[in-house]
Amino acid sequence: MLPANSIGMLKIHRDICGYCGCCVSVCPEGALELIDAYLEVDERCTSCGICAKVCPLGALEVTK
Amino acid sequence: MKDSYDLLVIGGGPGGALAARTAATAGYSVLLVEKRPAPGAPVRCAEGIGKDALAEFVKPDSRFISAEVTGAELVAPDGVSMMLSSEMAGSKVGYILDRKFFDRELVWQAAEAGADVMVKTRASAPILSGGAVKGAVLEYCGSRKKVHADLTIAADGVESKFSRWCGIDTTVPVREIMSAAQYLMTDITIDPSTTVFFFGNTIAPEGYLWIFPKGNRTANVGIGISGKKSGPGNRAKDYLDRFVAGKFPNGKTIECIVGGVPVCRPLESTVMDGLMVIGDAARVVDPMTGGGIYNAMFTGRLAAEVGMKAISDGSCTREGLMPYDEGWRKSPLGKSIERNWHIKEKFITLPDAKLNAIIHSAKALDLRDFSTISLVKEIIKRNPLLLADLAGLMASIG
Repeated sequence: MLPANSIGMLKIHRDICGYCGCCVSVCPEGALELIDAYLEVDERCTSCGICAKVCPLGALEVTK
Repeated sequence: MKDSYDLLVIGGGPGGALAARTAATAGYSVLLVEKRPAPGAPVRCAEGIGKDALAEFVKPDSRFISAEVTGAELVAPDGVSMMLSSEMAGSKVGYILDRKFFDRELVWQAAEAGADVMVKTRASAPILSGGAVKGAVLEYCGSRKKVHADLTIAADGVESKFSRWCGIDTTVPVREIMSAAQYLMTDITIDPSTTVFFFGNTIAPEGYLWIFPKGNRTANVGIGISGKKSGPGNRAKDYLDRFVAGKFPNGKTIECIVGGVPVCRPLESTVMDGLMVIGDAARVVDPMTGGGIYNAMFTGRLAAEVGMKAISDGSCTREGLMPYDEGWRKSPLGKSIERNWHIKEKFITLPDAKLNAIIHSAKALDLRDFSTISLVKEIIKRNPLLLADLAGLMASIG
């Protein structure tokens, strides 16, 4: 698995993330996974931005 | 931890713990794995449950009950409120739990019944053989181990991945995820025996804001809004901050949590060869209230009951496990999920003026019981034109 933050142009602001898993449930590609208090994104991410929209805290950002 | 078990349960929330406790009590070998360092923490829940609902599964105990509530207040967008109180004065209708202690208690009961428990242990892949689930690859503090099981129960919550890895599409539609935030606030003036719900498209679009008492001057103050309505400057936390600034400007927040609540229909199938899916992972949350503790425990126990028979018969196939899927769908729980999904779909379309009209019309109600459904029935009775299509629904499915 590739390191988070380096792919898909999806930036995870770890200082904001509340590791709740809301984003994981809506990801149509299954590209996100919540590993305890650590959110991971893998190469299946298409930068669609659905996760960034639903995040209760605004911890995700698509940087196109 | 052994190399193989009768039953592997992935996730140590109330659903997983009930499944593990049920099977272990009956003498089956069970492993329960929880990816977090401790069950129950961080909390991702408003912590409310009906009194009778809780008692179906566990003896109420002050160690995991923060408060008992006797009534609810519903506040319309224009600020007019209606009270729902129990007809029998003094009877307690609901509890606000302390999930940190509650979840630990249920896992403890599973362990006490004979289940093995592993915390900080993550299922990172299913073991698949000929399309059937035969256990999982488990990761614990840098080590990796295959654990085989006749039956696996996915109880891995809203962020469930296990059943997706097995081929089940678990994606929640954006408009049907409730994006939620909650503060545990103290030093606030509240009614410690009443839950309060605020409605309106300005305060909580397609959702609601709640105050659930946890003590005399302490409460869970939280909000869920539709994922569709969430975005920069208007996220769950933004709505909550605006409410709190006006309502509890001097309150102190001693915990800040967030979450996602699936209010979509349940998974099309909650069984496959070697696998059952329960609780939030199966999307069996009540779509009206967002409540999921009871539903998780109910599906967890039923899955274990059906699963034990299948294990003993050597028939942990999709067909052998199907009585679980059919069982919960046919149960009062399954029927109420289906019915409440339709009601939810109607209510999210209502503009504030109609929400005001509904709450005004129901203001003087004294309900015999406290259920969502009796409230909705009364509201429909009083607003025949407004909710005509729902009246038809209620008549057809009771």
